[in-house]
Amino acid sequence: MSTVAAPGPSKMALAVAPWVFTVGFFLVWEAICRIFKVSSFVLPPPSAVAVAMWEYRGPLAFHSAHTLWMTLAGFGIAVVAGILLGVALGASRLVHAGSYPLLVAFNAIPKVAVVPILVIWFGVGWMPAVLTAFLISFFPIVVNVATGLATIEPEVEDVMRALGASKLDIIAKVGIPRSMPYFFGSLKVAITLAYVGSVIAEYNASNYGIGNLMARASADFNVPLLFAALVALGILGVIIYAAMAVLERRTTGWAQRSNFAA
Amino acid sequence: MVPFVSLTGVTHAYGGTGAPAVDGMTIAVGEGEFAAIVGPSGCGKSTVMKLATGLQFPQAGVVTVAGARVGAPVKISGMAFQNPTLLPWRTTLDNLLLPLEIVQPHRGRLRRHRDEYVARAEALLEQVGLKGMGNKFPWQLSGGMQQRASLCRALIHEPQLLMLDEPFGALDAFTREELWCVIRDLHAARKVTVILVTHDLREAVFLADRVFCMSARPGRIIAEREIGLPRPRDLEVTYTPEFSDIVHELRGHIAHARSAA
Repeated sequence: MSTVAAPGPSKMALAVAPWVFTVGFFLVWEAICRIFKVSSFVLPPPSAVAVAMWEYRGPLAFHSAHTLWMTLAGFGIAVVAGILLGVALGASRLVHAGSYPLLVAFNAIPKVAVVPILVIWFGVGWMPAVLTAFLISFFPIVVNVATGLATIEPEVEDVMRALGASKLDIIAKVGIPRSMPYFFGSLKVAITLAYVGSVIAEYNASNYGIGNLMARASADFNVPLLFAALVALGILGVIIYAAMAVLERRTTGWAQRSNFAA
Repeated sequence: MVPFVSLTGVTHAYGGTGAPAVDGMTIAVGEGEFAAIVGPSGCGKSTVMKLATGLQFPQAGVVTVAGARVGAPVKISGMAFQNPTLLPWRTTLDNLLLPLEIVQPHRGRLRRHRDEYVARAEALLEQVGLKGMGNKFPWQLSGGMQQRASLCRALIHEPQLLMLDEPFGALDAFTREELWCVIRDLHAARKVTVILVTHDLREAVFLADRVFCMSARPGRIIAEREIGLPRPRDLEVTYTPEFSDIVHELRGHIAHARSAA
C-alpha cells in the first residue's frame, strides 16, 4: 500500500519523529525556564536535571535496578495469576458472573491505600513493592485473557464439539491461542501498571528503589534530583514497554496482519 | 432401506422452552445419499444440522445416525459453514490436521505418523485445487480458497457424514459454481453421506439426490423431492428445461411457505 499511498510521512520521517519530538520537548522546557527565569526550585531546566543525573548516576542506577527487579517480580506473579484467573473466567460463565463484580471493585481501590496494610502485614521492605506491583497489574491480564476465551466463534465451537472435543480440548486448541493477542496486548498495559505499583510502594515503605530515592530527595528539597529520578523512571518505563511490544510482535504476528497501523 | 440419518417426529426449542425451532419434523437420508434442505430464512435449517450431529437433543422425537440413537456428539461427522472458521494462527495444513488432534484413533497416532497424515492432507488439498497452499495462513487465501480449505478440514478424518450449512452463501456466483463441482466430485469419490442446508434452490437441485423443503418457523417438512437428473452432472445441466422445472416446482413450495408465515 505504501507505494501508492497519497503523500504521507515517509518511513525515514516516521523513524526520526520520536527523537525529534523528544528533543523538541526538552528544548521547549529549557527555553521556558530561561525566558521566564523560572526558579530551579520550582522547575529545574533539563540542563540542571542532566547535571543532577550525572552527579547521582550511581544511586540512580542502583535504585532503578531495584525498582526494575520489584516490578518484574510483581509482574511475573500477575502474569501467572492473571492467566489462571482469566482462563477460569473465560471458560465458565458461572465463575465469570460470580467473580466479576468483586474483581471490578478490587480494581477500583487505589492501590496506594493498600500499601499501609501490606506494611502492617509484611513490614517495610521488598514484599509491599512486589505485592503492590502484582495487585495493580493483574486485572487487565485477567480481563483480556477472559475476553479472548469468551469470544470463541460459536461455529468453531460447533466444529470442535461435533468431533467429540472436550471443553479442555477447545480451551487448549482454540481458546488459549486465540486469546494470545489480547494477552500480549494487556502485558503492555500491565507492565507499566506494575511499575507504577512498585514505585508507589517504594515511596511509602522501602529503603531502596527509585520511589524511595524520590521520597528522600523530596524531604531534602533536592528538586533537581527529584526530576532526575522522574526522567530515569520515564526512560525505564519506555524500555520495559518496548520489550513487551517486541514480545507481542514476535509471538502473535498472525494477529497483526493489517496495514492499518503500519 | 434403513436410513443412515433419520429424524422422526422431532420437535426442538432452544433452551427447552419458548417457540420451537422445528416441530414434528421427519426426514430420512440413505447412506451415501446427497440430501439438501431448503427453506425460507429462519426456518430452523441449522437446527436440523445441530440435531443430526448431536450438538442439540430434541425435546420430542428420535434422531438416529448410523443405526444408533444420538445421545452425544456423533464424532463421525464433518462440518462446514458459510464462514470458513479456519484458525488464523495455524497454517492451512495445520488447520486441516485439527480434527485429527481430536478424533480417535488419529489423535493417538498423529504424533508418530505425522508424515502419513500430512500426505493425506496434501492429497486432499490437491483434490480441491489448493495444491501447495498448505503452508499459507488462511488470511493469505481468498474467500473461495478458504472455503475449499474448510471443506478439506471437514473431510480429513474421513467422516461418514458431511454437514454443510450454507457453505457457499458468502461467495460470488462464479466461485460458488466452481465449488459446487468440487463438492460434487468429493461426494462421488468418497461415497460420503451429505446433508446440505441452503437457501439456493439451483444449488440444491444441482447437487442433491433428494431435496427437503421446510416451512417457515417452526420448521416442518412440507415437500420432499427426488432429483432424478443423471450423474455425473455437468454445470450445463442447470440450463436445461428439466432442471428449471424442478427449481420452479420447489420455488412454489417455498413461496407457499413464506406466504403462510
